Amino acid sequence: MSAASVTLVAAATAPHPVNGIALTVVIVIFVAVAILGFVAARWRITPEERGLKSLDQWGLGGRGFGSWITWFLLGGDLYTAYTFIAVPAAMWSTGALSGFFAVPYTVVLYPIVFLLMGRLWSVSHRHGYVTPADFVGGRYGSKALSTAIAVTGIVATMPYIALQLVGIKSVLTVLGVGGGTNALTQDLPLIIAFVVLAAYTYTAGLRAPAVIAVVKDLLIYIAIIVAIIWLPAQFGGWGQIFDAASAKMAATNPATGKPVGSVIPDAGSFNAYWTLALGSAMALFMYPHSITGVLATKSRNTIRRNAVVLPIYSLMLGFLALLGYVAIKAGTKPIGLDGKINPQLVVPQLFLDNFPSWFAGVALAAIAVGALVPAAIMSIAASNLFTRNIYRDLFRPNATPTQEAKVSKLVSLVVKLGALLFVIVMDQSAAINMQLLGGVWILQTFPAIVAGLYTRWFHRWALLIGWATGIVYGTAAAYGVVNPVTHAHFGGSIAPIPFTNIPIYIAITAFVINALVSVVFTLIFRALNVPDRRDSTTPSDYGADEHDPKVVATSETVNELPV
Amino acid sequence: MSIPAVPTRGAARPAPYIVSGILIVTGIVLPLLIPIYARLAPTLFGMPFFYWYQMLWVLIDSVLLWICYILVTREDRRRRDSTRSDPASPAHARFGKTEGDA
Repeated sequence: MSAASVTLVAAATAPHPVNGIALTVVIVIFVAVAILGFVAARWRITPEERGLKSLDQWGLGGRGFGSWITWFLLGGDLYTAYTFIAVPAAMWSTGALSGFFAVPYTVVLYPIVFLLMGRLWSVSHRHGYVTPADFVGGRYGSKALSTAIAVTGIVATMPYIALQLVGIKSVLTVLGVGGGTNALTQDLPLIIAFVVLAAYTYTAGLRAPAVIAVVKDLLIYIAIIVAIIWLPAQFGGWGQIFDAASAKMAATNPATGKPVGSVIPDAGSFNAYWTLALGSAMALFMYPHSITGVLATKSRNTIRRNAVVLPIYSLMLGFLALLGYVAIKAGTKPIGLDGKINPQLVVPQLFLDNFPSWFAGVALAAIAVGALVPAAIMSIAASNLFTRNIYRDLFRPNATPTQEAKVSKLVSLVVKLGALLFVIVMDQSAAINMQLLGGVWILQTFPAIVAGLYTRWFHRWALLIGWATGIVYGTAAAYGVVNPVTHAHFGGSIAPIPFTNIPIYIAITAFVINALVSVVFTLIFRALNVPDRRDSTTPSDYGADEHDPKVVATSETVNELPV
Repeated sequence: MSIPAVPTRGAARPAPYIVSGILIVTGIVLPLLIPIYARLAPTLFGMPFFYWYQMLWVLIDSVLLWICYILVTREDRRRRDSTRSDPASPAHARFGKTEGDA
């Protein structure tokens, strides 16, 4: 009797005894990956370019990634550790509406990528653009507009980096690490991981995540394939798993008096579901880290070939989402070190409960390493934006490539420090709210960037006014969403379309308002004959390929030089 | 003010772009038409239709984009070749070797 009660007490106070084997596997893989990150500085580079003395070298990996590397790099970049944690967590908590939309989102993403990114690649290759704001600046000749695009990109990316840390943290939690009483020992493993990340990103630039992504993606694929074959058979097959999920979702949530969630969305949430998928898909390739991955490719068709093969990751994401339901059937208890339920621990806990420690270690390492790849690319992308579109455009128009690379490397350290402080000092929900807003904000750069790829019809001021309107509306609407349980603002990303009661994704409403305002003001400015600035691109730029000559441009005389 | 652009490609034939456009729109619209797939039956290996339909579209979209890729790159190559075989084109002299030359 007494032995049993002692065990019970121990289990209650320490829900996560340190799993030595799994922890060792995670540490070994982490160290191996860190070494790879540093070695990457010498990968695919000529001796005279060592030291990565330009943004093309440091921030875009030499602009030479072929189809295979791009597949791994973009796969690691877009399907982040936070996705792997948050999507099954949402499925486990409330079912399809907040979780499974990630599948149609990452399906309709690729037709959009196929359509747009070839043109963006061509014009950027021809003019040496490193960021989306470079392109907008060159197209519309407006520093106000390019600065707005750059600031939006940086602000939207910061919380996204912070969320990658949340991914690492959940892995550490189930491993029983980070449970100390003082703040420093609690966060020490996280700080060490981030210092290592910052160091190899500084040294090797985009080459580091490109190399690491290969390892990370292979680990993730192994973990998911094994889980998908093994786990359903353990718990009576998919039929029983879905029955268990349906039973959980149909129960009444005492806080709201409504069902917990739904396995199949009802008609009232159809519009929310498809607008979430479409809005997220339109937004994803407006994020600077996605565009960095595109511009690092070798030729115009590399990204299009990848649009054909990248969806394999979406299939994996779909199965991963279903692991949230498997965890319901398995009775997984995602309890944090503070003893409270934390849905984000569902997938790491599921692996730890149902696999040998060493294999759970591999899966957990895949998630932790999976956080490092996007975090590195995001910080590089944010630094490039700062360097090109704030430091150079606004303060140092004559900055040399060496100076640009130096500034970008330093800024990447600042960006990561900011993300670390975000997670350590502020509440985790602050990062989640900010990321939710980031999605709304980044979609407001869509009209300027995407319309610019096809037409110069829009007036630069109209786009700026449209952007501002979209941001203001989106922020206000998101603030107005109140969590029914906690009564906190920024409680979700769904709100009714103004003057109706049809709930849809806020980013889409804001985007439509933004586009309408841009059209109306363009008509007004054209009627008033407000002059345009010079467009430094030509129609032929949008179809240029690898071997076409580049436009040699200085900041002053873009078009005067021979093509 | 700006100097005349050196064309990188010749004029487009519309057909490949129209067909690709239709495939791309299909690949965006059908996975989002939730009223047609928000139901349980028919299940596949115990998985409701809602789930396997959407995951099936991952594969269908891959195939659609693969077709688009072939159509668009073939047309792209033809347009490039047409620029290069035109001796009046200033671009002609600049190209040494290009991937598109088969």
